[in-house]
Amino acid sequence: MEEIIQQVVNGLDRGSAYALIALGLTLIFGTLGVVNFAHGALFMIGAFVAVLMSDVLGDIREIGSADDFFKLVQVVEDPTQTDFLGRPLAVETSYWVIWFGESFGNWLSDWAVPIAVLVSIPIMIFIGWAMERGLIRHFYHRPHADQILVTFGLAIVLGDLIRAMYGANPIQTPMPDALNGPVDLGVYLGYEASTITYSAWRIVYFFFSMFIIAGVFAFLQFTTFGMVVRAGMADRETVGLLGIDINRYFTMMFGLAAAVAGVAGVMFAPIQAPSYNLGMEYLVPCFVVVVVGGMGSLGGAVLAGFLLGIVQSFASLPTWKNNLVEWLGLDDSNLIANLIIGVDQIAIYLIAIIILLTRPRGLMGRKGVMED
Amino acid sequence: MLGLNKKDFGLLCLVTFMAAAAPILLNPFPETSTLSFLNAGYPALMQLFAIFGIVLIGFNILFGLTGYLSFGHAAFIGIGSYTAMWMYKLLNFNVIISIPMAMFVTGIFAVLIGWICLRRTGIYFSILTLAFAEMAYRLSYSVLTPITGGETNLSPDPINDPMILKGENGLTVPHLFGFDLNAKYVAEVGNWSFTFEAGYYLCALVLVLSFYLSIRVFRSPFGMMLRAIKANNHRMGYTGLNPKPYMLAAFVISGLYAGLGGGLLVAMDAQAGAERMFWTESGTIVIMSILGGAGTLLGPILGAGAIKYMEKILSSISESQLHSWLSILPDGLEDFLVYILANFFVGHAWHLTLGLVFMLVVIFVPGGLVELGQRVASRFRRKGSEDALVSKETPAE
Repeated sequence: MEEIIQQVVNGLDRGSAYALIALGLTLIFGTLGVVNFAHGALFMIGAFVAVLMSDVLGDIREIGSADDFFKLVQVVEDPTQTDFLGRPLAVETSYWVIWFGESFGNWLSDWAVPIAVLVSIPIMIFIGWAMERGLIRHFYHRPHADQILVTFGLAIVLGDLIRAMYGANPIQTPMPDALNGPVDLGVYLGYEASTITYSAWRIVYFFFSMFIIAGVFAFLQFTTFGMVVRAGMADRETVGLLGIDINRYFTMMFGLAAAVAGVAGVMFAPIQAPSYNLGMEYLVPCFVVVVVGGMGSLGGAVLAGFLLGIVQSFASLPTWKNNLVEWLGLDDSNLIANLIIGVDQIAIYLIAIIILLTRPRGLMGRKGVMED
Repeated sequence: MLGLNKKDFGLLCLVTFMAAAAPILLNPFPETSTLSFLNAGYPALMQLFAIFGIVLIGFNILFGLTGYLSFGHAAFIGIGSYTAMWMYKLLNFNVIISIPMAMFVTGIFAVLIGWICLRRTGIYFSILTLAFAEMAYRLSYSVLTPITGGETNLSPDPINDPMILKGENGLTVPHLFGFDLNAKYVAEVGNWSFTFEAGYYLCALVLVLSFYLSIRVFRSPFGMMLRAIKANNHRMGYTGLNPKPYMLAAFVISGLYAGLGGGLLVAMDAQAGAERMFWTESGTIVIMSILGGAGTLLGPILGAGAIKYMEKILSSISESQLHSWLSILPDGLEDFLVYILANFFVGHAWHLTLGLVFMLVVIFVPGGLVELGQRVASRFRRKGSEDALVSKETPAE
């Protein structure tokens, strides 16, 4: 039982990321009817806002950033100390420490990633707005294939812009020290100590994503703006006939979706060191999530996100796979045994194929969406 | 002639001539001139032109005619490569065995994957193909290592592999009935040097045959059926025709072409790796198809050539070359421009240029290079007569 709970919580952080990206994808699809292949790139840009903020706030723990331009860190060679090669040690000090004193300066660098969340929201809304106004808008009346292709091209361009700026290597962006390290969840749930442990930051990530998801749903459900948007999703033409400029609302929704992907990326940076192809890496699973959840269904996207995250975590659990191989009486060199061991690599795709073939509309899909 | 009308036969002759004369046509600048980096007449590059031309001709039968956008085509290239490699390892290095076997095995996979994926249309079809390609990539990269070599590419091992048909002193490089495909003839004409390689001419021959077949498919009743599927799937059903078998046939044909391409890749360079199946590779195939012009006969070859050429040229331009070209500009401006170009557009950053070009094509000329050519041609023709515009042949919609 402890093991099962452990795997469920292990799947939560990845599931949260899937759910947040898929939520944004579905928002864009449901409102504008556009399949946005550049959404993974928005997630990646969010993660790089975290990198940028740790540079600006002089976080000296950050490793691997090729770009020192924004890095507000003073480097002084200290002749009294030497490094392992015997040269004078280069001591890095954040300018924030120099300007505002030890305690506040260190606090700023330490909490760079959470601060980046606040910074990223206006940045991402602007990027989303610019994308919709500058590019996507001209593709509403073109075939879906064209929309896929142009956003795919945009994803390549955005990814390579980031690579040109930050290099190809992943950049370690640490979390605040206070949230570093494991939490013993087993004790809270009434099991023995150290049976279920989980990284504190991942718990934060989970609750953060729940908060964002709840926020988006509340916004759509309880505000006039959200009501107009929901009406527009249901029947765009009629809302237009009522004299509402629905396009303006939808542009805002694109910005909102970009912001959701962005903050998901910012908070994910300490979990997985961001590199320029982070977006491409998460895009494909997130499309699978959207399709499994049902195109155009917000609830379905969130549900499928968590579900697939947890499935992936179970698929990587070695115990049952070894048991299954043993029960089938296969030895380790057997091809089928190998396939069973490697099922975590393909679990979500297998599920997607099964769901698409048995429930074509996905888990919670509506009738008449993307059916021709 | 050959069952083609006059125009198509002219097109076939053009492609045959281009393929045959490519080592000369693609080397227009003398070796010693400063523009020689623009030359593309190297066997390795021309092989890629031809092989991707073949893959794209096949992809065009699926995407161009039926409008089904497959985002997993690279998987078939990978399967073809692995099969051909295993033929080397098990039997011998004769490509007359490895290439047909590559097509055969790819065909089996194409039937299976196509049968499943074609149950859905539109974006769902794209995502299903994407899912299969991702599975193929991930499996061959990790747990299928005994078959695929995993992270270290698969390559033949003349000492330990059985190679039962090789014989005593058989060749250990890909060959055609004992004729080494790496055999070269270099012609030095003045400052020019032209390389004629057997391997390239094998690819070129296959390219011409594939092109001929694709013309026949385009003009056949079967091709009409595929266009009908793109135009209106439902109406085709109402007329009493079941689109499924036609779709599956188109999918398998395009898979066969990709397997053929994979087999040829291994015939030219005896190693096969999983990166060939990564989904961005499938994306590149889609980009080539759009850039050339989907649904046109010549488009796929143009698109494949253009992208591979761009890749080669852009990634080879170095910072010192940029400095020498821009040396007439004031120093500060020169350094700035070189910095921007070197970091964002050429060298290892050439993907950015590719993405931008691709976006511009999708936005402004969705018909690709072929449509661009037609527009330019009609601009000139308009001066002569108005009705030339009316008879303009539109790409298959």
